[in-house]
This record gives sequence, structure tokens and C-alpha cells, in this order.
Amino acid sequence: MSSPHDTELHAHGDEHGHGSRKSYLIGFALSAVLTFIPFWLVMTRPGISATAIVLTVIVLAVVQVLVHTICFLHVNTSGEGGWTLLAYVFTGVLLLITIAGSLWIMYHLNTNMMPGMGASEVGSNL
Amino acid sequence: MSAAAPAAHDRDTFHLIEADGHAGGHSSPVLLGFWIYLMSDALLFAALFATFGVLSTSYAGGPAPRDIFELELVAVNTAILLVSSITYGFGMIAMEENKKSQVQLWLAVTALLGIAFVSIEMFEFHKLIAEGATPQRSGFLSGFFTLVGTHGLHVTVGIVWIAIMMVQVGMKGLNLVNKRRLMCLSMFWHFLDVIWIGVFTFVYLLGMMR
Repeated sequence: MSSPHDTELHAHGDEHGHGSRKSYLIGFALSAVLTFIPFWLVMTRPGISATAIVLTVIVLAVVQVLVHTICFLHVNTSGEGGWTLLAYVFTGVLLLITIAGSLWIMYHLNTNMMPGMGASEVGSNL
Repeated sequence: MSAAAPAAHDRDTFHLIEADGHAGGHSSPVLLGFWIYLMSDALLFAALFATFGVLSTSYAGGPAPRDIFELELVAVNTAILLVSSITYGFGMIAMEENKKSQVQLWLAVTALLGIAFVSIEMFEFHKLIAEGATPQRSGFLSGFFTLVGTHGLHVTVGIVWIAIMMVQVGMKGLNLVNKRRLMCLSMFWHFLDVIWIGVFTFVYLLGMMR
């Protein structure tokens, strides 16, 4: 039941842009594991340091975003001649700059504007 | 004849270039355009995540994440959204196979899961506000309600879109236009799940670690 329109919509087969049942199931299984581990770590706090838990949770989140991007959003090097991937990578860079940059600037602004700091300088000048 | 030959040649060349430009993709520019919209939406969320990050410890003497968050609730919501992602995926596979009633079924399941997600989120918000943890209470809570609320609003719009697509598919079947719309909606829905990974990680899990 394939009309000419279908070939227009998928000029090069089904693999691009949709993915198969297998890719969805793999993505789902990976995501389930990658979701379960961070929740388990934070809820039960097994005998590892808080820093280790925080780092693990962040790394697993990044991995899960990549799994979703590949298995669910089907971003690959050939989709739309690579433009989806390019836009995705570009957005990723902007995301990092926006979030990391804001946190960095505001952290230093907060630290340097602490009331105690200005007062002690005034005190030392007197 | 002599004039038609170069014209035909030009047309062929044009199509060749088009085919190369969209290798492995779609001849419609809508999908790429929608993808660009999603990327700009990601930047909107980046600003909200940055705002929340900056304000995340500004409790103003009010409640901290540990006092108000219930991870069990968040875990349930995360599971619901993840399952809804794969049910929509099954809907897309059914669409590929031109099985209209299956598409409708998976769309309905996805919409119900989406409604469950938003309902649980509303329950959580209601509980927080009843406890006095309102958006006005502290910078942390303002950032929290804005970020999580914006995501919830997106999911709500997604549910409305699913409902509209069920009517569309019901009336006009799986034609080219509806398939394209379903593919855009697929990207939208999976994109929201990606944003939720950021929310449950940076807002809830790392919030509980502070």
C-alpha cells in the first residue's frame, strides 16, 4: 500500500528519520537503565562519596540524552544532508555557553559581592 | 527540440542536486524547519536552566529541595514520560506500515500517558503551594516553577496536538500531509523527553544532593 507520495516522503527508505522497532526498543532499554541508576544512587546513597554520586548522575544524564537523540530522534550524519546534526551540535555548543557561562559569571559575582569582603577592605584601609 | 534539450538537462541537474542535498532524508523542508524550531526551543530551556542554576541555592530562608521534593513521585513521572516516548515510537512504526487504527491506538495511549504526567505534576505543584512553597517564596522556587512549569506547558501542548492529529488521521487517513505532521509531533514529543532528562537530573536529583 505504498503510494507515490510515500516515496516522496521517504526517498531513501525507512531507516532515516524514523528508525525501526529494534532501535526504539534498544533506546528504551538503555534509557530505563540510565534512568534507574541515578535515581537508585540518590535515593539509597550507597557507600560512595556525594561528589562521586553527583558526577555519575551528570555523566549518565549526558549519555541518556545521546541515547534519546540517536534512538528516538534519529539524528545521524546523513539526515537532511547532515543539517539536523549540524544544528544539533551548534545548539549543544550554545547550550553549554549559556548554562556554564551564566553559572560561572554569577558564582563569581556572588562571591566577590559578599558583604564581608567589602567591609574587610574598608577596615584594612582605615 | 534544441531548446528543450538544455531545459530538460537543467531540470535533471536540479533534481540531482536536490537529491544530494536531501540524501537519506525528505524532500519536504518542513521537517528540517521544525527541527530548527526545536533547537531554538532548546535555547529557551537553556536560559531557564541557567536561571534555575544561578538561583538554585537562593532559598531566602525558605524550603530547600530536600524539604519539599518527593523523588518517588518524580521517578513515576520519569517512567511515564519514557514509556510514552516508546508508545509514540510504536505509533510511528504503525504509520510506516500504513496501519491507521494502530496509529490511532498508540496516539491515544501516548496522550493518556501525557495526561497522567501532567496530572502528577499538577498534584506536585498543588502540594508545594499548599505547603507554602509558592513561586513567590524564594528565588529557588521561582526558578523551579518557571523551568518545570514551562516543560509541563510544552507537554500539555503536545497532548492537544496529539488529540488534533487523532481527529485529522480519523478524518483524512494517513495521507502525506498527516504523515509529515505526525513526524513533526514525534520530534516534539521525544524532544520533551530529552528536556525532562535535564529536569530530573539537575533540578530533582542534584537538588536532593545539596
